[in-house]
Amino acid sequence: MVAAALAEAITHPAAGAALDIEQVSHAFDIDGAELPVLSDVSISVEPGEFVALLGPSGCGKSTLLRLVAGLDRPKAGTLREDERRIRSPHPSRVVVFQDPTLFPWRSVWDNVALGLEAQGILKSQRHRVDDALDLVGLAAFRNAYPHQLSGGMAQRVALARALVNDPRILILDEPLGKLDSLTRITMQSEIVALWQRKGFTTLLVTHDAEEALVLANRVFVFSERPARVKADIRVDRPYPRHRGDPYLADLRRQILGLLGLDATW
Amino acid sequence: MSTYSLSDGLASGAPRLTRAPLLAGWLKESGAGVAASAIWIAFGLSCLWWEDVGDWSRTRSLGIAAFIIAAVALFGTVGADYLGSAGRGLRQRAPWLVALGAFLTLWEVATAKFAWLPLPFFPPPQAIIEVYTDDLPKLLDSVFASVRLQLGGYLIGAAVGFLTGVSIGWSRAVGYWVHPVLRFIGPLPATAWLPIAFFTFPSSWSASTFLIALATGFPVTVLTWSGVASVSNAYYDVARTLGAKSSFLVLKVAIPAALPHVFVGLFMGLGSSFAVLVVAEMIGVKAGLGWYLQWAQGWAAYANMYAALIVMSLLCSGAITLLFAIRDRLLVWQKGTVKW
Ligand SMILES: Nc1ncnc2c1ncn2[C@@H]1O[C@H](COP(=O)(O)OP(=O)(O)OP(=O)(O)O)[C@@H](O)[C@H]1O
Ligand SMILES: [Mg+2]
Repeated sequence: MVAAALAEAITHPAAGAALDIEQVSHAFDIDGAELPVLSDVSISVEPGEFVALLGPSGCGKSTLLRLVAGLDRPKAGTLREDERRIRSPHPSRVVVFQDPTLFPWRSVWDNVALGLEAQGILKSQRHRVDDALDLVGLAAFRNAYPHQLSGGMAQRVALARALVNDPRILILDEPLGKLDSLTRITMQSEIVALWQRKGFTTLLVTHDAEEALVLANRVFVFSERPARVKADIRVDRPYPRHRGDPYLADLRRQILGLLGLDATW
Repeated sequence: MSTYSLSDGLASGAPRLTRAPLLAGWLKESGAGVAASAIWIAFGLSCLWWEDVGDWSRTRSLGIAAFIIAAVALFGTVGADYLGSAGRGLRQRAPWLVALGAFLTLWEVATAKFAWLPLPFFPPPQAIIEVYTDDLPKLLDSVFASVRLQLGGYLIGAAVGFLTGVSIGWSRAVGYWVHPVLRFIGPLPATAWLPIAFFTFPSSWSASTFLIALATGFPVTVLTWSGVASVSNAYYDVARTLGAKSSFLVLKVAIPAALPHVFVGLFMGLGSSFAVLVVAEMIGVKAGLGWYLQWAQGWAAYANMYAALIVMSLLCSGAITLLFAIRDRLLVWQKGTVKW
């Protein structure tokens, strides 16, 4: 028992990390004109929390995720992972992008193995790739090339490619947007199960208020571009959650109101 | 089909009931083969029937060879079902055999038999066969010399071009220095360097190698470069968030993503290096197929020229086939690539 627990702790040393986004503002230059995208965004995420970000299209959600990943530096403000300033990408923060962006020249298996290979630990950790593929139900397609996959399958491969790294912060940019509703619901509960088992901190961007409420501890609602935090909503409900839960339905109406929709439905 | 035996059922897959579809099916499958056989018999007869207007020693052998090919065409296509993939291949190519036989017959009659085409300039098929049998050692020497020169120059040019292209595409500093040089020198046809190269290099062989490498290197460099430059940033983002260092980004992201472009460059380089090879051999190197052509022209040995041209075209086509085969191996992940 102890040995097994120890082995578990060694292969998965990372529980979630805390994430602090402090007064972050960002802007892009488009044809010389400045386009403000984030305006004074502050979000503080506890280790192991599941946070959903909701906001209108084009408001700056993906931009914020790129800053968290360390792919871009903000124009103002700071981002911290466990007190350490985020300056560059690190495999402890893995992103599942809005497009699956699989490498077309690599088979499914090799795509999932990408992170381990880049970190030089693939040789001793090959089973992790197989496990991740099993997890998303694509073990049979390990030798297929990305052009042979459907959109939803490609998105699942992208998810496996992220999970195989045992991230401390998992960053999901509408990862389920392309899936049919059935697969979507299955994947949602898979993500919750994974998150509960491994304890990573999760940052999920979604368009779907219901998805946010079924999955997250906290839901942040953003304004139109430039994005500001409009609301920080705690969802105190045990898992597994039910879509029909009146408490969630109430929150959903509240969120849709914040997003500018009449709550008549 | 009144009796049914086991061997019947095994030999002909589906049972055929009436005679008309049977005949139609047979014609469809073997008709072209039979036609090919007939036309090759005609070719053989055209060789043997009339007297040659000139003095060629291989007319009889050619006629007999034509009959043999006719026999192979006939039995090969009629009995294709027993010959596996070879039989199927022969059936597929039978229409081409018909066309080729017709062309050869016409050629034979127009040159060796009635001299409708002016003679020394248009040698008959048997004259070219004669070259292959009687001048074989010299021709083989020339082939080896050409292949060696071409291979050496091409490999050097391709390697240097690839490395240069990757460096320019990847590093701004390298691009700053190399790009202007590339723009200045690259578009110049490599053959323009011929006069200078032949007296600055220690041997005409090294000069030609350099020129072939130059002709190969330019397109390979430019296309590798554009391939590396056009790799989507999204791929780099993915790799970086997964912990990739820059060596990984170059070797495992930029280069594989650029590979389809690289092969276009290699293909273009192959074409332009062939041109340089032939010119270099004609002018400076006293060996190789280009030189053989030149030599044959000097002696007004037109049959030798055609013979060398045919070999050259087979070699060039073979080289391109090989390149495409390598590409198809490396780029299996691409869909819808052109078959050569
Ligand atoms: N690299 C860039 N250069 C210039 N402008 C950009 C760049 N990336 C994003 N933008 C702009 O920033 C704004 C926010 O983009 P972002 O991708 O963050 O939106 P989003 O909230 O993720 O939208 P969606 O929900 O549709 O994905 C957009 O108006 C976009 O035009
Ligand atoms: Mg987005």
